[in-house]
Amino acid sequence: MFLLLPFDSLVVNLLGISITVLFTLLLVFIIVPAIFGVSFGIRKVYMKTLLKIFQWATLRIERGAKEKNHPLYKPYVNGKILPCVGIIAKDPTSLEEEIKEIRRSGSGKALDTPEFELSDIFYFCRKGIETIMDDEVTKRFSAEELESWNLLSRTNYNFQYISLRLTVLWGLGVLIRYCFLLPLRVALAFTGISLLVTGTTVVGYLPNGRCKEFLSKHVHLMCYRICVRALTAIITYHDRENRPRNGGICVANHTSPIDVIILASDGYYAMVGQIHGGLMGVIQRAMVKACPHVWFERSEVKDRHLVAKRLTEHVQDKSKLPILIFPEGTCINNTSVMMFKKGSFEIGATVYPVAIKYDPQFGDAFWNSSKYGMVTYLLRMMTSWAIVCSVWYLPPMTRQVSKVNLAYLIGYLFGPLLLLNSVILPQPEEDAVQFANRVKSAIARQGGLVDLLWDGGLKREKVKDAFKEEQQKLYSKMIVGNHEDRSRS
Amino acid sequence: MNAEWHLKHKGVSHSQITRLYSRFTSLDKGENGTLSREDFQRIPELAINPLGDRIINAFFPEGEDQVNFRGFMRTLAHFRPIEDNEKSKDQNGPEPLNSRSNKLHFAFRLYDLDKDDKISRDELLQVLRMMVGVNISDEQLGSIADRTIQEADQDGDSAISFAEFVK
Repeated sequence: MFLLLPFDSLVVNLLGISITVLFTLLLVFIIVPAIFGVSFGIRKVYMKTLLKIFQWATLRIERGAKEKNHPLYKPYVNGKILPCVGIIAKDPTSLEEEIKEIRRSGSGKALDTPEFELSDIFYFCRKGIETIMDDEVTKRFSAEELESWNLLSRTNYNFQYISLRLTVLWGLGVLIRYCFLLPLRVALAFTGISLLVTGTTVVGYLPNGRCKEFLSKHVHLMCYRICVRALTAIITYHDRENRPRNGGICVANHTSPIDVIILASDGYYAMVGQIHGGLMGVIQRAMVKACPHVWFERSEVKDRHLVAKRLTEHVQDKSKLPILIFPEGTCINNTSVMMFKKGSFEIGATVYPVAIKYDPQFGDAFWNSSKYGMVTYLLRMMTSWAIVCSVWYLPPMTRQVSKVNLAYLIGYLFGPLLLLNSVILPQPEEDAVQFANRVKSAIARQGGLVDLLWDGGLKREKVKDAFKEEQQKLYSKMIVGNHEDRSRS
Repeated sequence: MNAEWHLKHKGVSHSQITRLYSRFTSLDKGENGTLSREDFQRIPELAINPLGDRIINAFFPEGEDQVNFRGFMRTLAHFRPIEDNEKSKDQNGPEPLNSRSNKLHFAFRLYDLDKDDKISRDELLQVLRMMVGVNISDEQLGSIADRTIQEADQDGDSAISFAEFVK
């Protein structure tokens, strides 16, 4: 019996020592660099090691598949999506061209006379079946498929048991992720959030002035950096000279709530959003004490004019921070950019577009809000390998004003060139929707994402009938021709 | 999921089956192994297709509201892509007769609602109305339907049978 006593105290001692060591390591390697914004490069080394392991795993899977004679389904080849994803070969042609093609192959009639053919139905039939097999919109609301397995069971679709070594590797991965990385990340997340809440509350008690601003900025940055490390996010920032300035609006494509952490750890922004209850609400209320964020009550969110007014006021005050907005309004799976809501583009401020592209191999950051709640989502993030992403800061854009004014100015300044002036035709002013689309295309191009005109709200709502009516109008033109009074309604 | 049966009878490859199955499950929001009409209507590009509802109906057997994976695949197998670059609708080379015939039958059934193997003037008008919406008047649509039946009808019964449709 008396042998147990020293054993007990030994265990307690060991536990105490290991916890102290862990915390010291934590402090030295993670928290202190976060405060000063430097990095030891540990995460990059980790990422490179993981890549090598994935490549080995992919080779093993391919070899295994060949042995079993199962052709592997591959949506990607060398990082590019194959145009016919194994099922359908889509030709991007218009309604008119397709119907003409069908008619041509059927009969030899003249194609210019507008009329109806029984075979026209094939066009709609085919288009309909194609969209049932694979459509552009619904696949944006679920996580992207990977080209090769990344040793996480959650991404395991078509890959069956291949070899013992791979399974052992996977098991090892589970052990590391759940028993080592997860507690570490949760501890860091707690530290980050509590520091944010206490720090901003303390700073809030200071009188307004340069000291308060300085401290507020650094408290925010420090806490976001700790959160970045809590997720093991490896971020590469490009073109940092285009970072948003005061009095501007920063717009970005939205994939998950983590976007906020990623952007805010490299810049000081004013957030916009709805006040939530619970932990989020506590954080929001603390943050607004240190610097003016724009939080709306649930009832105010519906009132578009109120929202626009408050944003305009904020933007016009040059001392206030740039606003961070996600115009898509909902989380999309980072393979495409969907319609930008025009509200933030009507305000008239300079827009700083930012493109965020995640690498799903290390951990898919997309939040499928209909499938997972916030807590489950965060746990999934913290049990992935890492969150790897690239952020591009694009040059600022403004809404195009009417060129008539510009032409006038040019003519005034360069009198002799008045002749040229008369040749400059007045260009129409860009409205908010066109401006929004222009910004969206720029972001999509930079991030390598598909530019879609569909509304992200289609995740939950039905599509408007107006689109069907457009299709009907187009087809009517084909059968009755261009009778002005009939088809141009 | 009788993969071997499908491989033997429809010529669908293993990876295509897997692909279709994952598409089926992603459409099946209720996760009960069958699709309902709402599941199809959730696809925006299908919802704006003027003939969307008719196409959806083609998946559901008579009087039923749910379609399982077998039924889903059977209907889609009509449109199995041909390996060379031809669209699945033009048939130039030697093709098994039933395959082309099945595709045409599918389109015929989109017109022929009451399944009497004839497209009557009313049925033609219905489909035309779906395709053009409100953009064409009743008289004009009526005359288009009459003209089409006149051209295609050969046995003089003022309706289009399957044989006349095939021509």
